[in-house]
Amino acid sequence: MARYDRAITVFSPDGHLFQVEYALEAVRKGNAAVGVRGTDTIVLGVEKKSTPKLQDSRSVRKIVSLDTHIALACAGLKADARVLINRARIECQSHRLTVEDPVTVEYITRYIAGLQQKYTQSGGVRPFGLSTLIVGFDPYTGVPALYQTDPSGTFSAWKANATGRNSNSMREFLEKNYKETSGQETVKLAIRTLLEVVESGGKNIEIAVMTKEHGLRQLDEAEIDAIVAEIEAEKAAAEAAKKTPSKDT
Amino acid sequence: MKLDLSGFESTPSLHGGAVDDVGEDLFSRPSFQLPACSDFDGFQKDAVQMVKPAKGTTTLAFIFKEGVIVAADSRASMGGYISSQSVKKIIEINPYMLGTMAGGAADCQFWHRNLGIKCRLHELANKRRISVTGASKLLANILYSYRGMGLSVGTMIAGWDEKGPGLYYVDSEGGRLKGARFSVGSGSPYAYGVLDSGYRYDMTKEEAAELARRAIYHATFRDGASGGVASVYYVGPDGWTKLSGDDVGELHYKYYPVVPTPIEQEMADAPAA
Repeated sequence: MARYDRAITVFSPDGHLFQVEYALEAVRKGNAAVGVRGTDTIVLGVEKKSTPKLQDSRSVRKIVSLDTHIALACAGLKADARVLINRARIECQSHRLTVEDPVTVEYITRYIAGLQQKYTQSGGVRPFGLSTLIVGFDPYTGVPALYQTDPSGTFSAWKANATGRNSNSMREFLEKNYKETSGQETVKLAIRTLLEVVESGGKNIEIAVMTKEHGLRQLDEAEIDAIVAEIEAEKAAAEAAKKTPSKDT
Repeated sequence: MKLDLSGFESTPSLHGGAVDDVGEDLFSRPSFQLPACSDFDGFQKDAVQMVKPAKGTTTLAFIFKEGVIVAADSRASMGGYISSQSVKKIIEINPYMLGTMAGGAADCQFWHRNLGIKCRLHELANKRRISVTGASKLLANILYSYRGMGLSVGTMIAGWDEKGPGLYYVDSEGGRLKGARFSVGSGSPYAYGVLDSGYRYDMTKEEAAELARRAIYHATFRDGASGGVASVYYVGPDGWTKLSGDDVGELHYKYYPVVPTPIEQEMADAPAA
């Protein structure tokens, strides 16, 4: 099908837009990212590849805020992400200026997805090679929300989702283990999901927690290590409980 | 000068003005030519001067305990000629928002209609009603982009949204003010006199409507460019309703009924005597 992937404005005979599908491949090779929505907390988690010794890790933030009440994590081409994030930030402020109200999560997701779609239907450009997880609280109702967009420009709301490397296994884990959580439990669920596919340790995971009162808060390594230790302890306890035979045999 | 030409499009865009380098060639807006004259600034000044005296009207609106009252007269004048006594100066933007008309009738009607379209599109896209703040800002931004081109609009946007009653004054100079009491037009000084002295926040709906009616009546009494019918509308949590529409001539005799003076009585008796 080499003839149908030169320019993205061309459909293949069986209805594929190959450039969009190749963009999805780029996403699949990107770092793992997970988002979990709780009743009063939303957590974003991203796999962090080991930072080279000389690199200043603070300059490589993978979870960014779009406004005081909206945050974004993505998987895929990081340079494309920068462009998309800047446009989204401008749109957040532009919305505040024209209607004197903060954006809703759904609005900004629709905007980002619209941008991604525009680049699948124009000449001479390629699609953005990233999928985003957008979280935030509705400024009027205070309801938490988690949305995902992908290079084709589709978006939908989720209770919990994962994207990037090994997203299928993370999503399977979430489907098995998701339940309505709040506060620290939500954080633990996100970290447990990431630990399925990432080497254990605070060095390899970046976590940000968003609450209505405090906005976005990045957890530092020590905090993450502490929670990871808690999770491992719980796991060990569960294993031990399974191994010891029940009392009445 | 970046004009907001979204009013001329058949499918107006929601977020006008977002710079998009891909779209510049593909989705460019229809443009219209600026007048070809040597002195554009002078032209602008003349255009503004031409329409400046035209805000011959009285409109008022105020917020009180139970919601918003909006009232207006119904006279249209072209200089000294009364062209109509039955103009609808309170424009129904949508079932929960009203706009008033002062200045150019065509300008007000068109841009309020356009605002109604934008509000409806906002509702459809965002699954919630637009706030009065947002609607007034949309209108103010459009009027600002046509600043100096001769639009004459002095309007009040009144409505009820999630935050309660809202009232904004928007004009063709690009100004936008939030407030609780406004009156716009050539009869506004007279209306303010009655409105300001009689206003209390905790009036009943009937008292508030009567205050508005009297204020419009007194303005039509003294201002030649105001007259016709005094319409009073009320905006509450369930939207707006029209409360009354009284001919100001009849209101005059209601407020100041004819009392025959003694001299007139003598004159009447004289032929008999």
